[in-house]
Amino acid sequence: MNTRALPLYATIAIFLIAYLLCWLQFPNILSTRVIGNLLTDNAYLGIVAVGMTLVILSGGIDLSVGSVIAFSGVFIAVLLRDTGLHPMIVFVLLLLLTTAFGAAMGFLIHRLMMPAFIVTLAGMFLARGAAYMLTIDSVPINDPFYQTLQSAYWLMPGKGRLTLIGVLMLLTVMAGMVIAHRTRFGTSVYAMGGGEATARLMGVRQGRTIVLVYAFSGLMAGLSGIVFSLYTGSGYPLATVGTELTAIAAVVIGGTLLTGGAGYMFGTLIGVLTMGLLQTYIVFDGTLSSWWTKIVIGILLLAFILLQKGLLRLTRGRLQGAAS
Amino acid sequence: MSLLRRIAPQLVALLILFALVSVVFPGFLSVSLNDGRLVGPVIDVLKRGAPVALLSIGMTLVIATRGIDLSVGTTMAICGAAAAAVIAAGWGLPAALAVALAAGAAAGLWNGVLVAIVGIQPFVATLILMTMGRGIAQLITEGCILTFSDAGLAFFGSGTLLGLPVPAWLWIVGGLGVAALMRRTALGLLIEAIGINRRASALAGVNATVLVIAVYVAAGLCAALAGIVVTADIRGADANNAGLWLELDAILAVVIGGNSLLGGRFSVIASILGAMIIQTIDTGVLLAGFPPEYNLVIKAVLVLMILVLQSPRIAAEWRLWRDSQRASRAAAERRQAS
Repeated sequence: MNTRALPLYATIAIFLIAYLLCWLQFPNILSTRVIGNLLTDNAYLGIVAVGMTLVILSGGIDLSVGSVIAFSGVFIAVLLRDTGLHPMIVFVLLLLLTTAFGAAMGFLIHRLMMPAFIVTLAGMFLARGAAYMLTIDSVPINDPFYQTLQSAYWLMPGKGRLTLIGVLMLLTVMAGMVIAHRTRFGTSVYAMGGGEATARLMGVRQGRTIVLVYAFSGLMAGLSGIVFSLYTGSGYPLATVGTELTAIAAVVIGGTLLTGGAGYMFGTLIGVLTMGLLQTYIVFDGTLSSWWTKIVIGILLLAFILLQKGLLRLTRGRLQGAAS
Repeated sequence: MSLLRRIAPQLVALLILFALVSVVFPGFLSVSLNDGRLVGPVIDVLKRGAPVALLSIGMTLVIATRGIDLSVGTTMAICGAAAAAVIAAGWGLPAALAVALAAGAAAGLWNGVLVAIVGIQPFVATLILMTMGRGIAQLITEGCILTFSDAGLAFFGSGTLLGLPVPAWLWIVGGLGVAALMRRTALGLLIEAIGINRRASALAGVNATVLVIAVYVAAGLCAALAGIVVTADIRGADANNAGLWLELDAILAVVIGGNSLLGGRFSVIASILGAMIIQTIDTGVLLAGFPPEYNLVIKAVLVLMILVLQSPRIAAEWRLWRDSQRASRAAAERRQAS
């Protein structure tokens, strides 16, 4: 049996069991309305988690994404307010900018040979600071095109709304799955996460891969910023503080090894949905306070890290057993 | 003397910053005695920089063992909330301080056990408490900002002792105490040994497991003190905002202090000077009339500059370039001589 896939099965099992427990208490939680909202409310998190999954698979970390999302929202809002540009042009400009930002961080990580988290920490300050410099107020977006996008949805049977941003998240996860599991670049990423020296000896182009990984994460953060600005209809520089941690937690709960090299893109989607389910449950219950979300996420995080630790020891033991 | 040479870059940087801020804000260095307490922008830097300075003491030790503690900011929130809750319950000041310090030590113990015994990478292990901690702090304060009016606890935030603010005394005494403990005993050497190679140091007889746990407990205690200072200063425990982002400032202080993130040689005093450099920038940006929004960008540029300077690859390439220059010059001289 493939021990690498075990965390993924555990994730799926936990999600299904949690959903079952919620359903036993509140039968309405299994309606398409709730499911539609689950996708809509967590769309921005899901998209950014796709980028984060790839970064973590490569053995790195990207702490700048929360700030980049906030910057994106402010950038869009200010540009739409002050210039007559069409939102689509603004989107393209933004995605180019955040991708270049990610690529620059990847370049620095590779060139300076410094730990990724300290370089992306600087990126986090920089993006948040840039957002502050654009504005310190919450800027509303009143573009008619925006209202069209916001009100675009498909009415599922049961009156659930499958919104544009929910669909976008699912499409992004699918694209992420293709990139991670079906391309040469994805294989290089896995190889890098498994061991840098080994990957280099196998002929993985290290510098190019690192730059591309962080550029992809920047692109996803920009896309997530667009989705978040569609979701809230405004840009606010203090928004999405700490989203990078939520995204990392979603990736780990999704069964990806935090040291890199093993994990599945699909697991991340389940991780995001599990965290969304927690929040939905708290809303349904009505008496629990929102801080329980953080505590339960922390406990889940610990449980998955311990599970990975145990599995790693198991695999190592078996390898030694096979060698002797 | 060797200490002076070690902290010279930080001291020079601090003096240059003082000069720069003085140029844009001429009254920066003026200090006057008012009602038995020293007053002036510099004293304000000493006071405002206290939380980061306190955190940087513990963070230096953790980083010296090749670890990192991302949870100190949330530990601050937990300890501040605990102190405020105990005071609000009417148990008195000693109990409040004891509970806050115990909470900090417990948080450190949790991190230390995860790192040293379970064997999780420090970055990941402390991330767990970082995500969970604010939830725990909110559990203590029950989601609101817990205010109190106890003069005894407020003394730790806004009181004055011998002219200087109490928070400044805390980090000065704490920093010198820890530095002396590290350098007058073998403790500092042992911690450095763990940071350079934990396995080798364990084989050489260093009790690495206990020391690593102790280092995280020390970081937790420092965070508890910082949490008490922040809570006492505003006379209220804010579970959401107390210590927010301060772990990053603390790491930045350690890095500015010239300590390698890869463990090994460390200097507590240099880290504290790093904390003061950060605070001088913060205060200086405000005094110079820049909007505080510029603060983050300036910090980011600073981190990047230090990273470039510290980078092993850049250093190697610089040495390579210098050697090749020297070799070509020597070759040219030889050609001239012949």
